[in-house]
Amino acid sequence: MNLHEYQGKELFARYGLPVLPGQVATTPEEARDIAASIGGTVVVKAQVQAGGRGKAGGVQLANSPEEAFEKARDILALTIKGLPVRKVLVTQAADIARELYLSIVLDRSRKLPLIMLSAEGGVDIEEVARTSPAKIVRRPIPLTGIRPYQARALFQPLLGDVRLVAQAADILIKLHRAYTEGDCTLAEINPLAVTRDGRVLALDAKVILDDNAEFRHREWATWRDPDDETPDQRLAREMGLSYVKLDGDIGCIVNGAGLAMATMDLIKHYGGEPANFLDIGGSSNPEKVTAALRIITGGAALGNDGSRVRAILVNIFGGITRCDDVANGIVKSLETSPLQVPLVIRLTGTNEDLARRILSDHGLSATTSMDEGVRTVIAKAQEVAA
Amino acid sequence: MSILIDRSTRVIVQGITGRDGGFHTQQMLSYGTRVVAGVTPGKGGEKVHGVPVFDSVAEAMAESRANTSVIYVPAPFAADAILEAADGGLGLIVCITEGLPVRDTLAAYHHVAEIRERNAVKDGAAGKPRLIGPNCPGLISPGLSKVGILPGQICKSGPVGVVSRSGTLTYEVVHQLTRAGLGQSTCLGIGGDPVIGTNFIDALALFEADPQTAGMVLMGEIGGSDEEDAAQFIRKHVKKPVVAFIAGQTAPPGKRMGHAGAIISGGHGTASEKMAAFAAAGVPVARIPSEIPALIAEALDRRRGRRTGRRVTAKSASRRPKPSTNGARAGRARATAGRSGAKRRTAPARARKR
Repeated sequence: MNLHEYQGKELFARYGLPVLPGQVATTPEEARDIAASIGGTVVVKAQVQAGGRGKAGGVQLANSPEEAFEKARDILALTIKGLPVRKVLVTQAADIARELYLSIVLDRSRKLPLIMLSAEGGVDIEEVARTSPAKIVRRPIPLTGIRPYQARALFQPLLGDVRLVAQAADILIKLHRAYTEGDCTLAEINPLAVTRDGRVLALDAKVILDDNAEFRHREWATWRDPDDETPDQRLAREMGLSYVKLDGDIGCIVNGAGLAMATMDLIKHYGGEPANFLDIGGSSNPEKVTAALRIITGGAALGNDGSRVRAILVNIFGGITRCDDVANGIVKSLETSPLQVPLVIRLTGTNEDLARRILSDHGLSATTSMDEGVRTVIAKAQEVAA
Repeated sequence: MSILIDRSTRVIVQGITGRDGGFHTQQMLSYGTRVVAGVTPGKGGEKVHGVPVFDSVAEAMAESRANTSVIYVPAPFAADAILEAADGGLGLIVCITEGLPVRDTLAAYHHVAEIRERNAVKDGAAGKPRLIGPNCPGLISPGLSKVGILPGQICKSGPVGVVSRSGTLTYEVVHQLTRAGLGQSTCLGIGGDPVIGTNFIDALALFEADPQTAGMVLMGEIGGSDEEDAAQFIRKHVKKPVVAFIAGQTAPPGKRMGHAGAIISGGHGTASEKMAAFAAAGVPVARIPSEIPALIAEALDRRRGRRTGRRVTAKSASRRPKPSTNGARAGRARATAGRSGAKRRTAPARARKR
């Protein structure tokens, strides 16, 4: 789960990281009231999960509550990188002297958290990494943690001033605690700002949480923003399906992530375009298949336009997943809501013969070859298009 | 031969009284795997499919002389199960469970690595314990033993080592290999998580040293850089032919494609980067799964040709004899045949063995 800036700052504040006072608003009126209670100059920041908010006009200074109202109204009307702005964070402005970059991220190959630190903050770190990788300091953190003297040594060459170094080192240690105890896979402060009055502050927060750790973090449920999820995505999550919507016209329902990716690749290889990635997972539950068909065919209630989908492929290699369960799911789903588009079924593996009998009793058939199934579904989609 | 598991493998099942643990215990037993004990805290004294259940790994070890553990424990408790197995002295720990928090996997991984380091100087304990997974289908040495959830009936003994990050895609390709008459030495699913105990390099090194294995099929996917690292390793250290496939060639960046580890982030971990890395290392890359059997058959034939000095055309791969019903024997026979020309190669260890 990716957190919004205001949620990330909530997490940071819980671990004692210095963030400026602020609150989230969904209307210009709320933004005005928050600005009045903070007093002085505030920043109004679009809360969307996209980089380049500043360049898109999604971050603006306001010198008065009235101005905060106006800026919030403007920003709430924006769409940044396809994402409509529904919330703004109204927060105290800082008098910035310098901007650094600091993050902790999972290093998959070292199998340790990795500190990334750069004197060039406030900009796209991926751009810095591309153009001048030498400007980024990378330091793995051992499982025993990072010591204060090590943290100070890391900031000494960048900040010089001993008081600034001490503050920054404290921030790094707290960020590491937030990262670890908070089950993050990324905790980023960009910019880590040095103010003219000699304070070091976390002026932004980008946090990615490890979804697998949700069972031990009750508070995460309150962070899940219903607006961030379309109805089809919500249904997929509730049914335990991995689902990613794509732009093509061939829907696919597959068991297993690797096979689902390979199925998409194969569709593209034979000249088609997949409409989605959908993995029904390892267990066999007819209801999952029914839900998958509903999600792909879409409609107004699911918030996606299923009319793009011209044909659907079900590709199952039965292991734990039993082919007969999948067949039952298909049959049941078709009885309650008949499909408007052709359905191509490929089944191999556990209880394959039983599945074929179930399908043929209902006038359906299935192929055994993945390549043949994919070629057939592409041909059917082209017939529908013609 | 095979890698990691064979007839001497004695398995304990952690989480044996659960739904998945019970079902797959039965499946493993019917395949011929020697499942010697089960562990579920609080269920000691029970029996599951005739296998005695103990409250702890230590108790199970005292009674069973097991050397391998397979874990079906629910995600919140799975890392603890790995630690218990490692501390209990098991040499191979296969964690099937999906959904472990990365923080838990890291702790388990480093604990296992620490014990392995201590064991490196002990006789007979080098390389132990080894963790496979989490979030993996386990492994199977056809005709000898299976540990995990791979369907046994699609496999057949033979010369191809298979290593993969996915589950059902592995079944798909193994099925296609078997139908093409290409049996397997061991099929190993290393898991789809961002942090896993055994990576491609570890698996390739084991296959390279295994006499039965004549060539390897490696199936990677988007995310991370394990495939790139494997390509480097192959270039420097692998003499046997390898064929690669990468799933997720059409995956959009920034979206997690089912597996926690399968995500293109910051422009890295794309399929095209990985395919290019393999190509640069001289590894044939299949564009689609169904190209894999012909590619590996061709590579094995070329290798055989090099060893015997005979020129073998790619065509002869398709004229390969029909698989024998006794897969295990046929596979072993072929592997032995392949070894007959081994003298020409610089394989002193193997030559000594003969």
